[in-house]
Amino acid sequence: MSEPTQIGLGENRGGSAPSLDLLADQTDLSTAADWFALLKPRVMTLVVFTGWIGLVVAPGHLHPVLAFTAILCIAVAAGASGAINMWYDRDIDAVMQRTQKRPIPAGRIAPGEALGYGITLAGFSVVVMALATNVVAAAVLAFSIGFYVFVYTMWLKRRTPQNIVIGGAAGAFPPVIGWAAVTGGFDVMPLLMFAIVFFWTPPHFWSLSLFAHADYARAGVPMLPVVAGARHTRVQIMIYTLLLVPLTLVPWAMGFSGNVYGVAALVLGLGFVVCAVRVLRDRQDRQGISLTQDAPARAAFKYSILYLFVLFAALAVDRFVG
Amino acid sequence: MVDAPDMLPPLSRAESQAIGRRRRGRNWLMLAALIALVGLFFAITMVKISQGTLKF
Repeated sequence: MSEPTQIGLGENRGGSAPSLDLLADQTDLSTAADWFALLKPRVMTLVVFTGWIGLVVAPGHLHPVLAFTAILCIAVAAGASGAINMWYDRDIDAVMQRTQKRPIPAGRIAPGEALGYGITLAGFSVVVMALATNVVAAAVLAFSIGFYVFVYTMWLKRRTPQNIVIGGAAGAFPPVIGWAAVTGGFDVMPLLMFAIVFFWTPPHFWSLSLFAHADYARAGVPMLPVVAGARHTRVQIMIYTLLLVPLTLVPWAMGFSGNVYGVAALVLGLGFVVCAVRVLRDRQDRQGISLTQDAPARAAFKYSILYLFVLFAALAVDRFVG
Repeated sequence: MVDAPDMLPPLSRAESQAIGRRRRGRNWLMLAALIALVGLFFAITMVKISQGTLKF
């Protein structure tokens, strides 16, 4: 049997334009990959990694099956938050070039189905976390989901250019959850890991928004470059980077980690400062708009991802070496 | 005759096949997820029993 020819499922099928909801309901367009895409897998990677490091660094031992379950719950909770975020932001996703091919704005998944999917997975992750580890870890997990959905997505994102500063806290919870899964409580170290991710988030996202600000402006999202201008954003990236670097040295200075981490934090931090200086001194016009197609901001964005991965990996290495 | 609003044209054979393929893909994924869940709950239960943290 010959393979059917490529067809434009999910596109408007001619005639009067049917609503996206109707199209998705009637023609059953979604693939398994679409449902996976709803979980924002790329964001999930970093969340899972930092959660795992929290689990590894924590004193004590968690059975590998329970540790795997805890990480799975963190991943599913992050994915559920992403799905609910895509449900809520489907209007702005449809006008942003970067997001308009997502399953909901593309019409392959009905918004209500995405919401139900997100809520179900969120509830599942919290209950399983409580059963497999402890109530403290499950409570922090539930709080982080609520924070991302209600505080960041529904409240801050469309209202203030500080959206990712405060909302970024949602992404800083995983190491705390990992730690709590092992110990059943909190300590200074998980709070330091929380603070590191918290202060890392603004330079990371503002670097992205410097070269994606047209998209955000079109969608009416008040990201810092849209509201305060690119020049001000460059200064803010510099300030947060300068706050972040000494903060990353605190675990080493307080004796919570060894020299491997200390050296890594220093070297990586200097690299991040260099990136921030390049963003600040990028060739720009009077408004601070880049004349180099934001090459330094793109480099800083990529570096920031590598930075957090390697920094947290160094914490784990120290734990095994020390 | 007036077309009903939001009425879609009938699906072609190729479109029906493509949708069927997508549906089967989702069903297989759901099956895999359910089997994985059964395995996960079984493993958690065994660990809890072996650690003595699951009381009957």
